[in-house]
Amino acid sequence: MKKIFAFTSAVALLTSISATAFAGATLEAVKKKGFIQCGVNTGVPGFAGTDDKGTWRGIDVDVCRAAAAAVFGDASKVQYTPLTAKERFTALQSGEIDILSRNTTWTLTRDTSLGLNFAGVNYYDGQGFMVKKSLGVNSAKELDGASFCIQAGTTTELNLTDYFRSNNMAYTPITFDTSPETAAAFDAGRCDALTSDQSQLYALRIQLKDPEGAVVLPEIISKEPLGPVVRQGDDEWFNIVRWSLYAMVNAEELGVTSENVDQMAASSKDPNILRLLGQEGIKGKGMGLEDNWAVNIIKQVGNYGEIFERNVGQGSPLKIARGINQLWNKGGIQYAPPIR
Amino acid sequence: MAVKRQPNDAPAKAAFWRRPVFRSAVFQVLLVLGVVYVGNALLNNTLYNLEQRGISTGFDFMSNAAGFGIVQTLIDYQETDTFGRTFLVGLLNTILVSVLGIFFATIIGFIMGVARLSKNWLIAKLAMVYIETFRNIPLLLQILFWYFIVLNKLPLPRQSMDLGGVIFLNKRGLSLPSPVFEPGFWVVGAAILLAVVLVFLIVRWAHIRQEQTGHQFHTVYASLAMLIGLPLLVFFAAGSPVSWEIPALKGFNFKGGFVVIPELAALLLALSIYTAAFIAEAVRSGILAVSHGQTEAAYALGLRPGITLRLVIIPQALRVIIPQLTSQYLNLTKNSSLATAVGYPDLVSVFAGTTLNQTGQAIEVIAMTMAVYLSISLSISLFMNWYNRKKQLVER
Repeated sequence: MKKIFAFTSAVALLTSISATAFAGATLEAVKKKGFIQCGVNTGVPGFAGTDDKGTWRGIDVDVCRAAAAAVFGDASKVQYTPLTAKERFTALQSGEIDILSRNTTWTLTRDTSLGLNFAGVNYYDGQGFMVKKSLGVNSAKELDGASFCIQAGTTTELNLTDYFRSNNMAYTPITFDTSPETAAAFDAGRCDALTSDQSQLYALRIQLKDPEGAVVLPEIISKEPLGPVVRQGDDEWFNIVRWSLYAMVNAEELGVTSENVDQMAASSKDPNILRLLGQEGIKGKGMGLEDNWAVNIIKQVGNYGEIFERNVGQGSPLKIARGINQLWNKGGIQYAPPIR
Repeated sequence: MAVKRQPNDAPAKAAFWRRPVFRSAVFQVLLVLGVVYVGNALLNNTLYNLEQRGISTGFDFMSNAAGFGIVQTLIDYQETDTFGRTFLVGLLNTILVSVLGIFFATIIGFIMGVARLSKNWLIAKLAMVYIETFRNIPLLLQILFWYFIVLNKLPLPRQSMDLGGVIFLNKRGLSLPSPVFEPGFWVVGAAILLAVVLVFLIVRWAHIRQEQTGHQFHTVYASLAMLIGLPLLVFFAAGSPVSWEIPALKGFNFKGGFVVIPELAALLLALSIYTAAFIAEAVRSGILAVSHGQTEAAYALGLRPGITLRLVIIPQALRVIIPQLTSQYLNLTKNSSLATAVGYPDLVSVFAGTTLNQTGQAIEVIAMTMAVYLSISLSISLFMNWYNRKKQLVER
């Protein structure tokens, strides 16, 4: 049971004798056990889920795989812990997982009072609404008095309240434990609308009995920067996760892909590319990694554009447009500090 | 070497550390010290770890604004209320479903338990099938089954089933007219109170009369007439001081009136039916524990089967049934926390779910939630133990 998991996590917090979150401890522990324990969603297509062979796939999963490629030179050295929204922070705090990569929104409260740090943003999202076409609604403003299926323990619950209060509209929230339960209740007609991050709405829509009968409304009512989270106080580990993500974004910007990375490392004349691929400059030393850490990430996982298109973009059933997740120099806001 | 004891000698006293009284005292003190030490170490260790990891602690969050809505609230609740208030809302929802569940499970359980022992083959077998089916399917599955079966079969609000244009049933729940009490209503309340007092007096009087003269009085009918008749009479005499708010379709759903949400209905149905199957078995074992000689003796005295069951068998069976009943009541209360699976806003869903996640205060919230379930369970236990003592065989 999920509750039991949350409970054992709390107990683990109570009883763990030594605080493991001190500087450097996570990398050392990860190297010792030989894999990264990664907390992911229990199943949202495109973000985290298992394919027909039981392999974990998704844009959140790839963040953990990138960190594993950087640390071990092998992206497959990851073990996954599926978590509900309610369990995720306790699992990270208590040390059961090393990275929480579970479409988690970066907020002030979470960053400052939970003993956690957000290492970056791998998907810029926003909250939206999905309704049945038969309802005849074209805008969220027409939803006065409607009932909403929501997943418990998310920023979604708070945004919904804010939106309806500021627009002076009434609503009824029906709160479920997991994403599939929420979608099932919406499918059964328990609520007029389902509200969640827009990326998730598209993912849930293809799982409905009649995907064509549901429509995602155009309004976005909140900012939801989703990204990987680590424990506060271990800067070395924080840097590795953060720069694994940045390496993928920089790779896309510089045109380095999983296919041309070896050739680029051998023959490129661009000093930016040479620094990224560990041929020049500081290399992996500052993070305690091998010089070819970024090569391993790009070769085994891909650059940001590749993981986006493969998991949620045109190469996936979701077909989500890049939108604001496009690179900064192509009209989006994905921006990584330079590697030098 | 044998010591010859003088006849007047007091028995040789053992050294004080060998005396059983002293030893048991020492061990008890050691045990208490050990428990206190472990408890203290746990607490300090936790606080230290939390501080090391920069996780805020304490109960300050209870007075912060919650900022999320709840579908069913028994007390007044706004999104701007505090997290402390969400605790109360969740607690009351848990108590509501537990009390209703215990009520229905007891009734269904007793009927099924007696039916299982019926001489009528069909009734006995039906009861057996019911018990064996529902007792052996996991409760969570049953809750989800009822929830989605009920939801899928019901119509959307605009095609609601209605009863006389005042009661409506749809996927959003059962909308009932709610009474609006007008100023003169207190007279009716007073009449109900008076009726209760009168019934009490009648029961006592009938009892005394039966002891003295042996004549029976129709207490049940007289009490029913009093309880229903008197308030009804006063109600009409005062000019019907109640009006009804009738639910009406407005926008997406029915507004006004009183709504039973499908989450409550499904949870209640599943909890009652599941627990009733166990109670039925407890009732059956209780009845079978009463020697058949008791029945035969009652029949020999000329008592009818109904009266035999009510006055001879059940009172003796209760002594066996009550302890098992207690644990079933406790199970039902604890099982009500599965509510979160179908979105019923109980304590675990609202407080240990949403509130925990919005504040991140896992230890405080989980500790409070555990304390609540412990208190509810202990209260039920205390009450049932008291009832058990009352029903125990009094040996004269």
